Amino acid sequence: MTVIESPQTGVAKKADTGIIDCDIHPLPKNAKSLHPYLPKRWQEHAEHFGGHLRQPFIHTTQYPRSAPLICRRDAWPPSGGPPGSDLDFMREQHLDPFNIINGILIPLFSNVASERNLDYANALATAHNDWQVSEWLDKEPRLRGTLVVSQDDPAAAVKEIERCARDKRFVQIMLAPRSSEPLGRQRYWPIFEAAEAHDLPLGIHSYGVGGNASTAGGWPSFYMDEHYATTMGGPATMSSMVLEGVLERFPKLRVVLVEIGFAWVPSFMWRMDRLWERMRGEIPHLVHPPSHYVKRNFWYTTQPMEEPSRPNDLRRTFDWVGWDKLLFSTDYPHWDQDDPAYAFNVKLTPAERRQICRENAEGFYRF
Amino acid sequence: MLQPLVSEKKIDCDIHITLPSTAKLVPYLDDYWREQVTTRGIDRLELTSDISNIGPAIRPDWKLGADVQTIQNAVLDRFGTDIAICNCMYGAQAVYNADLAVALCRAMNDWMADEFLSKDERLRGSVVLPWQHPQKAAEEIERRAADRRFVQVSLLAGGDTPLGRRALWPIYAAAEAHGFAVGIQAGTAYRFAPWTNGWPSYHIEDQVSQSVGIQSQLLSMITEGVFEEFPKLKVVLTDSGVTWLPPFLWRIDKLWRGLRMEVPWLKRSPSEIVSQHVRMTLQPFDGPDDAQLVQELVEQIGEHMLLFSTDYPRWNFDGADAAPLKGQPELMRKLRTENPFETYARLREDLT
Repeated sequence: MTVIESPQTGVAKKADTGIIDCDIHPLPKNAKSLHPYLPKRWQEHAEHFGGHLRQPFIHTTQYPRSAPLICRRDAWPPSGGPPGSDLDFMREQHLDPFNIINGILIPLFSNVASERNLDYANALATAHNDWQVSEWLDKEPRLRGTLVVSQDDPAAAVKEIERCARDKRFVQIMLAPRSSEPLGRQRYWPIFEAAEAHDLPLGIHSYGVGGNASTAGGWPSFYMDEHYATTMGGPATMSSMVLEGVLERFPKLRVVLVEIGFAWVPSFMWRMDRLWERMRGEIPHLVHPPSHYVKRNFWYTTQPMEEPSRPNDLRRTFDWVGWDKLLFSTDYPHWDQDDPAYAFNVKLTPAERRQICRENAEGFYRF
Repeated sequence: MLQPLVSEKKIDCDIHITLPSTAKLVPYLDDYWREQVTTRGIDRLELTSDISNIGPAIRPDWKLGADVQTIQNAVLDRFGTDIAICNCMYGAQAVYNADLAVALCRAMNDWMADEFLSKDERLRGSVVLPWQHPQKAAEEIERRAADRRFVQVSLLAGGDTPLGRRALWPIYAAAEAHGFAVGIQAGTAYRFAPWTNGWPSYHIEDQVSQSVGIQSQLLSMITEGVFEEFPKLKVVLTDSGVTWLPPFLWRIDKLWRGLRMEVPWLKRSPSEIVSQHVRMTLQPFDGPDDAQLVQELVEQIGEHMLLFSTDYPRWNFDGADAAPLKGQPELMRKLRTENPFETYARLREDLT
């Protein structure tokens, strides 16, 4: 009889030097949790009108997903409230057992980046940032914040960056790749200027409702298509920022693509280079081949980890993307989160593991 | 000249012929449409998304293949080609008036047969489809089925609706019934933005987007169950780029494992489906300069997946060596002969 040991999920190995988790999603306990951080006018707006997005449904995403709130079923806190809303439970279920020495919060819940009412979006952005400070960063020193801005109002976004940047616990500025226009277009450049000036990276997390079809071929039927299409906001944004010249103008800008995958990058880089060889006359502002900017300015979080059937293909992908470009992330508490014990479908040396799970993020976020 | 044995035939699975003007179609239109296109000046419907219309993307020693002599000189004779499959792209596939699309596509296929297929026996055709009206598109497939020189039907990577949508299934039913491969060419009618985040500033960005557009279309065909419904169907991705395939399959296999409840008709993993039903033309390969690395990528992709192509007249390579694979005659034979015969049922049946 074969005895299968139960998996030691969530149990950190003694030798583990700790993990930096670059993608944790907090949620508010209820619909009024942000009210203390909103002016009265916007509290009333939230209650009477609510958000205004470019999508058919008021309360849910365009495609029915795989689980309520896209979350793990065991992540609902015993205290009540949705997954990711209870700090104690997050410590108990996630931060402590995985030996997470730093976790980066990425609040997605109000679709601030996609809100059509820009004044409301600006109020929400400020509320998200103050809420992060009071409810999370002040209470748990392992956590770091992500600066939420209203990207379609770049002047206001810059003001919000100026307001928050002195709190060093904010380690990045979040933008949605599924923007209402490609992010490399010049209307967004004031945000990049502020990011570079404050040495704050851009955390471009897979999300957003920009109003364009999910794919160039239109609206597919299934969440499975939509999930893939969302991640293709990554190449969309990379192509735009590289080819429209953002990284020529702001050479020190650091961009991390979060929850967008990384295995697509080598092929995509080669494709951009090949087309640039022929069509560079159209974009003379680009002094170097596109791959130059990709290699210099882009990083990637790991979840959802690629799982090639031949494990060595993953190792080769790391070679091509760059071992120094990968930042470990779990996506807690979402349904497709990666468990650090099982995420890598290939054997890594302790040094390689430490590099991806900790050191790269320490360098990238200047911890 | 003696024909080489079937097992030695060199097949180029993607060359592009160019319809220079609607005027060429006038002889093939009925009275109503002849008058319409003439009096209204319905002409110059070249597609914005067709890279053949971007001068620097055309090989300097080539020009557009608007007549058979140009193609003979530039590609057929020079590459020792025994068979070349022609693709053609024009506004017929993008006009919003479905009746006009039907008339123009039918005329384009007549024109292709008269001006190319009848003038050089090495040429084979891809049937241009008025996919704006799927039922009429299926009728066009029926109409061409008796002409064995047409071996493929042709769709673009972007049209009215994702390619897996059931409204388009009459096209796949007709293609399967008559043994046509379904070719999906890079190119879009711009019903939707090239990227999920909208309309970029530059042509090059649209061109970069095409490989992702094709990925989404392939995924749509998989998830909707096209290959379960039409088990003999072959899809050929032309000008799609090649090297994106392995990471795409890793990703969608993983998605399928997590989300198969949503698409319960898929009994096999997406990578198994693709391996059986989908092939890609070789150019553009979108690879690195390093030959060793190219070899490694071909192993990842699978030799059986690739069909030799020059992608004439687009500029993907210099000289007369179209393959990024050096010194591998056996592999080249597979790409030029064995894989195409396995893919194009009508070609196989016609020549054996």
